[in-house]
Amino acid sequence: MMSGSDGAIVQFDNVGLRYGADAEVLSDVSFTLFPGSFYFLTGASGAGKTSLLRLLYLAQRPTRGVVRMFGTDTITVPRGHLPGFRRRIGVVFQDFRLVPHLSVSDNVALPLRISGVAEADIRKPVADMLAWVGLDQRAGAFPATLSGGEQQRVAIARAVIARPEVLVADEPTGNVDPDMALKLLRLFEALNRLGTTVVVATHDVHLLQKVPDSLIMRLDRGRLSDPTGALRYPPRRDPAVL
Amino acid sequence: MGTRFAIPPETDTVSGKARSSASPRIGERSSGLIQQARLSGPMPWVIAIMTALTVIATAAGLSLANLAENARSEIAGGLTVQIVEGAPMERDRQAELAVTLLEERADIARVRRVPDAELHALLAPWLGSEVGSGDDAIPTPALIDVQLVGDVTGASLAELRESLANSVPAARVDAQAGWLGPVFAAISSLQWLAIVLVLLLAATSAAAVWLAARSALGSNRDTIEIVHLLGGNDRQIAGIFQRSIAMDAVIGGGIGLLLGLVAIVLLGRQFARLGSGMVAGGGLGPADWLYLALVPVLAVVLAVLTARVTVLSALRRML
Repeated sequence: MMSGSDGAIVQFDNVGLRYGADAEVLSDVSFTLFPGSFYFLTGASGAGKTSLLRLLYLAQRPTRGVVRMFGTDTITVPRGHLPGFRRRIGVVFQDFRLVPHLSVSDNVALPLRISGVAEADIRKPVADMLAWVGLDQRAGAFPATLSGGEQQRVAIARAVIARPEVLVADEPTGNVDPDMALKLLRLFEALNRLGTTVVVATHDVHLLQKVPDSLIMRLDRGRLSDPTGALRYPPRRDPAVL
Repeated sequence: MGTRFAIPPETDTVSGKARSSASPRIGERSSGLIQQARLSGPMPWVIAIMTALTVIATAAGLSLANLAENARSEIAGGLTVQIVEGAPMERDRQAELAVTLLEERADIARVRRVPDAELHALLAPWLGSEVGSGDDAIPTPALIDVQLVGDVTGASLAELRESLANSVPAARVDAQAGWLGPVFAAISSLQWLAIVLVLLLAATSAAAVWLAARSALGSNRDTIEIVHLLGGNDRQIAGIFQRSIAMDAVIGGGIGLLLGLVAIVLLGRQFARLGSGMVAGGGLGPADWLYLALVPVLAVVLAVLTARVTVLSALRRML
């Protein structure tokens, strides 16, 4: 068992992942995420960023190793318990993955509906969230009529509306101009200040400098570089200052 | 763009509700999650046709059951005594004696000698109008229609034969049910055929729903995966499909019931025109109509269960 993992929200220990009989796309990945931390996940194309994120948002189980989420080993937990964990994780997919035949507001409301929130309690949070991402005038529009940047903001609104404990974002600024990228980053920071652990995968090195307190996870051909050990044994953060 | 950087306060209030791993319904607007063709799609019409055929097959089965039951109850205590004697005088004497002896018995409710004129009229289509009269007439037996107090049994039949044997040697006693045995056997076969047809139609309906659910799963795979990754569980996702298929089944079942009832009423009118006493016994009673009304209800239940099993088994293959 790793030391220094008490209170960890996510813990990977010697995780490996391979698809079929191919070589491992992730090898011996170990790190610990604490509540309220902000992480960037970087690496070249094909380094395994998306695979690592899929493990984080429980779309995939690793081939080997231990993945603990919210203090529970998600490898051995019964399949029927996974939705409960997934509801605590917000995901911004690289390709947005909006439901094409649902309006913007219905897409954003989806996590609340899945969680069983009454319709009467959904309208206002959705409207506020759309205003938050600047899409309140497009609530009734369908994804196909939105620009790439607008779709990205809908995806972000959907990911954060249920106030997840962990937010996982795969290249969330990939389709927007630098100004919008910065604004979206500020949204993540605002959420992070409220206690959400944020993991942002990006290949934009300029973005990394915009969040001073962030930690950087660098993947290189499926291996996580952690020269200082800060990822595996990160300094504890006092929740009181979050 | 005017983006404001403030977390909406209302999201705090919903966050607590978003932690449950229970499986509430995704919501009243969940049916929009999967794209549906509804009446423009084949499913309601397939269910309508299946329901109509099932209603007709069920009605046929119930009608045959009623027909057989009515016929059985009518002839359950019925006996026919034939006096097979060539000499008219002796035939009449034995017939009168048999009637007298039978009327004296406590286990017999009614005795009626069929008048010769009625008997000759019955035989005239086959033997000609001169049957039973004149010197060259074909001798016909005297017929006595007997109704027992209870049902005819092998023992009661044997006892009656024995009691008439000495005094009325020309008497032949037969249970009326015996004459209609082959008819009852045929009716029973038709009833089984109706049951098998209903079961086959139910199986075909289930197969159609299975195919439709599989097709809907395939065409909505991306949406399902999104709902899955956002924390939707199998029961919620299956529920969406169940509600969609249930709506199709309700529409299809209603149309099918209507079509089936129209067919039954038209067929019923045609059979009523036959004027046959036996066929008239095959009419449907209030309980029968209730059973027919239950067919679309069962179709909906079958469709929903099939959709649930199909979707759940497919979802179990996902993480």
